[in-house]
Parts: sequence; C-alpha cells; structure tokens
Amino acid sequence: MKALKSMNIKRYAIFGVLVLLVIFFSMVTNTFLTTSNLLNISRQVSMLGISAVGMTCVILTSGIDLSVGSVMAIVNIIGARLMTEFGLPILPAAVITLFISALVGLLNGVMISYVGVPAFIVTLATMISLRGLAYVLCGGMPVWGMPDAFRTLGQGYIGPIPVPVVIMLIVFALGWVFLNRTRTGRYIYGLGGNQEAVRLAGIKTTRVGATAYIISSLLTGLAGLIMLSRINTGQPKIGTAFEMDVITAVVLGGVSMRGGSGSILGVLVGVFITGILSNGMILLNISEYYQQIAKGLVLLFAVTFDTVANLRKA
Amino acid sequence: MGDEKCMVSTRQIVKQYPGVLALDHVDIDIHRGEIHAICGENGAGKSTFIKILTGAIQADSGCIEIDGVTHTGFTPNEALTRLGISAIYQEFNLIPALSIAENLFLGDEMLNRGFVDHKAMNKVARKILTSLDVDLDPRLPVARLAVAYQQIVEIAKATRHNARLLIMDEPTAPLTIHEVQTLFSLVRKLKEQGMTIIYISHRLQEIFELADRVTVLRDGKKIATLVTRETTKDELIHLMVNRKLDETYPKRSHQTGETILEVRNLSTSSLLRDISFTLASGEILGFGGLVGAGRTELARAIYGADPRSSGEVLVHKKAVSIRHPRDAVALRIGLIPEDRKQQGIISELSIKENISYSSFDKVLRGGLISMKRMQHVAQRIITLLRIATPDAEKRVKELSGGNQQKVIIARWLAADCDLLIFDEPTRGIDVGAKKEMYEHINDLAMQGKGIIIISSDMQELLGMSDRIIVMHEGVVTGVLCGEEATQDKVLRLASGE
Repeated sequence: MKALKSMNIKRYAIFGVLVLLVIFFSMVTNTFLTTSNLLNISRQVSMLGISAVGMTCVILTSGIDLSVGSVMAIVNIIGARLMTEFGLPILPAAVITLFISALVGLLNGVMISYVGVPAFIVTLATMISLRGLAYVLCGGMPVWGMPDAFRTLGQGYIGPIPVPVVIMLIVFALGWVFLNRTRTGRYIYGLGGNQEAVRLAGIKTTRVGATAYIISSLLTGLAGLIMLSRINTGQPKIGTAFEMDVITAVVLGGVSMRGGSGSILGVLVGVFITGILSNGMILLNISEYYQQIAKGLVLLFAVTFDTVANLRKA
Repeated sequence: MGDEKCMVSTRQIVKQYPGVLALDHVDIDIHRGEIHAICGENGAGKSTFIKILTGAIQADSGCIEIDGVTHTGFTPNEALTRLGISAIYQEFNLIPALSIAENLFLGDEMLNRGFVDHKAMNKVARKILTSLDVDLDPRLPVARLAVAYQQIVEIAKATRHNARLLIMDEPTAPLTIHEVQTLFSLVRKLKEQGMTIIYISHRLQEIFELADRVTVLRDGKKIATLVTRETTKDELIHLMVNRKLDETYPKRSHQTGETILEVRNLSTSSLLRDISFTLASGEILGFGGLVGAGRTELARAIYGADPRSSGEVLVHKKAVSIRHPRDAVALRIGLIPEDRKQQGIISELSIKENISYSSFDKVLRGGLISMKRMQHVAQRIITLLRIATPDAEKRVKELSGGNQQKVIIARWLAADCDLLIFDEPTRGIDVGAKKEMYEHINDLAMQGKGIIIISSDMQELLGMSDRIIVMHEGVVTGVLCGEEATQDKVLRLASGE
C-alpha cells in the first residue's frame, strides 16, 4: 500500500508542478496566459516532445540515447541537401532522411543490445561522430533554398493549431498506444525492471532493446525535419545540447532512470514544464545564463525526487 | 561449563524465523585448537549457527561462552576484533581491483603522514603469506588470482585480524581436487599454529579426512557430536537424515502417458557431461543433488537459457532446436526459476500482465493488447491457482513470495505449457503456502503435464517425485524409482559415492 501511495504522489506531483508554474507565470506576467502565447509554447516544445517519446522508450529499458542532438543535425543537413542540390521532391527526401535516422538507431541498438557495449558510451560515440559528419556533409556552411511548400511542416497551421503541435500530439497518442497496447511496448517496460526475467519469459530481449533505439532516432529524425522547416536552413550546429533537454523533459515527466516505470502522459507534462519554464523566464526578461542555471536545478530536483521516492519504497 | 578445553560453547541457542525454527536449543562445545566439522542437510541450521557466532544475527535466546565469558550477543565487529572470530563464506569479501595487501588492510590501512603506506603494508602482507607457506606477490590485484588463491587471501585476512576461531563455510565447493589438498594442508598448518577451526561441509569424505570431531544438525536441533575417528560415514548419514516423511505430500495415483521430453547425451562446456533422461506426461521427475551438482544448469540448458555444447533434445518425440527461451516457450515448455525476484516476475507490472507476458498473442484484438481479454485470462487463472489478491491490477511485487511463485506458474498456464520445470519450487515460501504449492504441482501432473522438480529439500524431493535422478558434479550418478528412493540412497548418490 505504501508503495502505491508514493507512486501516486509521484504521479500527481508532476501535474501539480505544471499547474503551479502556470499560476505563477500568469500572475507575474500578463502576456503568459494568452492563446497565442500558449500556442507559441506548444510549437516551441513540439520537437522536444516528439523526440521525448522516443527517449521515453529508451529510458524505460534503463538505457540512454545521447545521440539525438546529432541525429537532428545530420537530418537537417541531409534533408536540406536532398531537397536542394539533389533536387528531390519533399516526400522522397523526407522518407530517405527518416530512413537514415532509423539506421543510426539500428547502429546504436545493435551495439548496445547485441554486442553489449554500455548505452552511454555507444550513443556518446555516435553523438560525437555524427556531429562531425554533419559538418563534413555541408562543408561547414548552412544549406539554403528549400522548396516553399516544405515550410508548411514547421510553420503551417491546421485551423488555429500549428502543424508541429498536431504532429506532436499524434506522436504522443501513437506512443501511448505503442507502450501500453503492443507487445513490444510492454516488453520495453519489462526490460527496464528485469532483463533476465523477460528473457526467461521467452522474449528476444536483444531485439526489443534495439527497437527502442530505432524509435528514438526515427522520431528525432521527424523532429529534425520539422526543425529544418522552421528555420528554413540546414544548420550543422543545430540540436547542440538537444539531448539534455529531451532527457530533462523525460525525467521530469516521471520516467525512472532505472527504467521500467513511467508514463507517456507524464512525459507530455514534463515536456510542457520545460517549455513553460523557458517561455516564462523569457517573458520575465531573465537572462539566458540564469535560465541555464534554473534548468539544471530543475533536473536535479526531478531526479532527487525520483530517487527519494524509490528509497521510500525499498 | 567453565571447561578449560572449550574455546566456544553455545548454550540453548534458539533462533526463530517466520514459519521455521532455525535453531532449537542448540548446545555445541568447540574445543581449543580442534577442527570441528558441522554437517547437516540444507535447512538443518548450519548457516544460522555460523551467523550467530559471527554476530551477523542475534539469537532469540540462549548464550555463547567464549573463553569462559558469557555473551548474549555481539556485533560482527566485536566478533572480529575483540573475540577473534573470523568467517570465510562461499562468496568472498574481496575487492577484485585492489591488491592482496590492500585487501588485507581494507578499512585499517597503514599510514605514513596521512598517506597510505603501501611499502609497509606489502611487507606485512608478505610476512603473513609466508607464514601460510604461500608464495604470492602481495602487490597483485585479487582479480588476477585463481579462486583457490582468493580463498587463501581470505584466510590471510583472518590471520591478520589475529583470529583465534576460523569458520569455513563449504570452502572446497569452488575448488579442484588438487586445490582441495592444498587447502587441507593449509588448514592443518593453521591448527598447528593454535587456530580453532569450524568446518562446514556437505562432503562427508572431507570431514573424515580433516576434522577431529563432528556435530550433526537436523531441523535446527543438535543431534550428536562425535569423534570422527570413532564414527563412520553410514552413521553420519543416518543421523543426518533419520526422519519420518510427514504427511504434507498429497497422495495421487500417477498415471503416466507418452514421453514428452527426451534428453540425449547433453553436455555443456562448463559443467554438464553426457546427460540423458526421459519424462512422460503426467510424471513428476525429481532432480536431487548438492549445490553445484549442475541441476539448475541442466534446466537452463534444456530451456535454451544457456548454450549447450552437444546433445539432443526431443519434445513429443521430435528432435528440436532450442537456442533461446523463446524456442522453449514456443514448444510449450515453461521454467519456474529459483530466483523468482530476479528471473521470474516483472516486478513493476501488474499481476495480469505478468500472467499474459509470454502469451500476449492470445489476448490481442486488432493487433493490440485487449485489457478486457487479458483481465479475463487473469481472472480465470487467479481463481484456479487461488492467488491471494484483491484484483489483477495489483503490481506483482506487492505479493508474497508464494503468490509471486503462483503468478509465474499462471504465466505458463496462460501460455498452455505442458512441460513445467520447477527450480526449487518452495524456497523462501512459508509452510502453509508450501503445501498448497505441492497440491498445485500434483494437480498439474494429473492433468497430464510433465513436471520436473529440482529440489534441495530432501523431504520435498522424496515426497513429490515419481522418479528421482541424482546428480553429482555435472553427471547423473543414479536414477531411483518410487519406493526404492530413500534419503540414504539419494544422499549417497549426491555425494558421488
């Protein structure tokens, strides 16, 4: 019963934090609680959110994916070059780009699940190398001149809602179904708690583990395409430290770094908390340096909370 | 009392655990400078006795006299530093990355102006090793040593703490025959130097080779202390097992059907050699043997959890290739592992998910898991196995050990398994739940499932099995059918005699 209680506290606490933040910023600014600002926040967090769904899968298996920022960069460059120099139409260019990002996930997954190299090291290595590759692929120069229609992905609206927000919500919905209603999703939860038990239950744990990394890279690829469309240039430096934002959002959302527990709904809340924090601080004219300090403290708070909640259970 | 000869005497020591009286008014006198063996089956109370002597746990009542001074309890630290009691367990307490000398001085390093004085430590360490007739460089990291030498480092640690009583728990289990002889001469040397030694072992041969006296424990009671020269192996075995089988084991008429599993000449690279046996539907086949005999390894090799080096497995008379537990599950074989917390349950998930975990394909609807169907399956099996829970949503880690065990069985029932391998099915389960577990296992056999039980509990093994295969160090040493299986015979075969 005790365990159940602390579980619930953990689950509600994150919603409470979100509500408190909203109340706080509504009181100290008069621009925060407006439809346009809220839509603005949603659009700003959409890429973070899409990638966070993939990161959730990875962290649930008790892994980590540090390569997402660099995946975003190569997607940016490859996508841009396919559409400009190679003159490919938008759809095939997007498909090829997503395919390449999935290949990165496959590489990560094989090295981690099949070969057994620690996830931190593998994805650190791909993070470093892919960043280099992004610069090599564009010669260090930004790539310009995408077709106008491509802007819709990042800058368009469906009714009043920005397209990226719609995509993010769809990704979250699919993520929920995947993690809660498919076999692989449930195996991902199991892997984090107890790999050997899952294997002895007759499940190919290696394949399940690798799948999580593929999903992470693939969704980051999608987020990268949206980013490309929003800034309308292929930038090799894009997505620097993006992995840290994504991990922060996921952990804030209540996914345990030990894996095995956490919910996709919590992650959505975590994503919005990160978005609201930076938006609110901008509205309050807090300098970026201080924002940085605040973000770090928030992450520390979230992990401490998770650790303490787990200690109580034990 | 106050006997000059006695170094340690326990008086009426009692230790009660939930559901079991681990030590029942035990009086044992350990003489100064003797090698005193303690033997008994699993669960006889040997480990509990050691733990009380080393201060790891406290007795509920009774006292311990050490050098004529009466103690009712002491901490592990007091036992080690003040009373000179040191123990070497099967799992070593060494830090692999540190050197021999650093391990000897761990927590008590020699310092020179605030810095660790490696030179001085190495010098003392070398002196200790030489006194034990061991030629080892104290600067070597422990990780680079063979198991036998790691054990010697443990002994050296005890000597450095000026231990006067050294307790050794199954010290020969991880050693080769040659290493055992080296250890024995070391133990004899320690005795010459005036050390008192308590020697715990399953292996009767060793007791006769090494010990001056031997105490037999059974079901937490001291049965006798004998002078080894004046007794025989047969007498010891008799004292260890002489016990009536009680009525916890439900009777059943066993009707066996077709052969569902046949194993031919199975070997693994590490332990198992040339193992063959068959199992019929409706049969309960027991596997007896000592710890390390290779029974769990055999189960895992059949199940595809560990690789085989050679041999064939036939399921329903067809040769099959099982290379991953998934292949075994597809052939409707289920394993209920000994370590259910680490290898059985998926602790963060609900009971119903744990039940359907190996058979989600049966609860799909349009490719997705249907909560309703899963609930339906879970409810049926929860009722069938009488799993004590208010609902199927409860997380499995909140259940008792016995109920967690049932959830694993439920998982295999949900997956329609017709061959179940139980590794120590009732370890860590309280007495009442044990009996229920036996009833369930019997029911499953009567429904025509083939059952393998690996058990170190002699009563359980004899009470449940139709046939018993006994193993010793990776080979089958005997097969006992029905009435011919007795505790004496199983124990003899298990000791490799």
